[in-house]
Amino acid sequence: MSLGLIGKKLGMTQVYNEKGDAVSVTVVSVQGNAIVQVKTAAGKDGYSAVQVGFDDQKEHRLNKPLQGHFKKAGVSAKKVLKEFRIESDEKLPSTDTSLSSDLFSIGQYVDVIGTTRGKGFQGAVKRHGFSGQMQSHGHMMHRRTGSIGCRSTPGLVWKGQKMPGHDGQVRRTTQNLVVVQSRPEEGLLLIKGAIPGSKGSVVIVRPAKKKPIKAA
Amino acid sequence: MNIISKLEQEQLKTDIPEFRVGDSIKVHCRVVEGDKERIQIYAGLVIARKGSGLNAAYTVRKISYGEGVERVFPLHTPKVAKIEVVRFGKVRRARLHYLRSRKGKEAVAVKERPSIRPVKGAAAAVAP
Repeated sequence: MSLGLIGKKLGMTQVYNEKGDAVSVTVVSVQGNAIVQVKTAAGKDGYSAVQVGFDDQKEHRLNKPLQGHFKKAGVSAKKVLKEFRIESDEKLPSTDTSLSSDLFSIGQYVDVIGTTRGKGFQGAVKRHGFSGQMQSHGHMMHRRTGSIGCRSTPGLVWKGQKMPGHDGQVRRTTQNLVVVQSRPEEGLLLIKGAIPGSKGSVVIVRPAKKKPIKAA
Repeated sequence: MNIISKLEQEQLKTDIPEFRVGDSIKVHCRVVEGDKERIQIYAGLVIARKGSGLNAAYTVRKISYGEGVERVFPLHTPKVAKIEVVRFGKVRRARLHYLRSRKGKEAVAVKERPSIRPVKGAAAAVAP
């Protein structure tokens, strides 16, 4: 329930921290975030939220209503629009607040939401982590699903039975990742560990839900 | 430039002396004990170099109290304060893993190169 940023995953690398240890980080570009609309519970929207736009694009690619929407907010045309719910009207930022990676401080915990890489049609071993069967000793059922139920009782396959099928390309949240570096002048966030999605995919970075910042 | 390669470029050390497989070096390691820091020297023979850019690393082998010890250092780690080249070795292999099976005097037997080889890029600097 607090303001976050939209970013683009650039890839992974490593950095040395002040102790001299190498830390694996994901580099996220958050250049070009802007507040497009502020919704208030008192106003006609009926709830508190901030609409954030990310990544500039050519204005003529948008339809007239969207062009007007950006014009009203006084920001350049954006590719991605996302909304962040805020607890109450009092905590809403003003419309002209500029957004950059200094929204997150070094050492802060964040959640990163993205769309995982699509894996296509996959078997149960990869998709659900089944163990599979023996590869040798006369076994001929190497990576098959195995039994999917009993006999005449219950006489059916339970709903939700784990079977082969499409894997990946779903929205996933990776929680409680540490911000290793925040570089507002380059619009970069360096987040410890891996985040969902391929390079170049759009991700949402928000303060961690389960590790709130302690009020100083 | 690509942002990630730029980030990696920032962390590369510039004061690393040129050394090759077969050279004997002294690695000045930073050791932190409590809040004190001191330098510990690890001396040995470079038996392998691998990786490139920020991922580059080298393996140093020494015989400590009759027991072979190998340590792999990342080339650009801040935990190494300095690398000192003690002796230039002449070898015909990129990896000196054959030394592992050797015992006694032979275990560190690497011929010395007579002189300091020309530094890479020095010839190019002279030409124009």
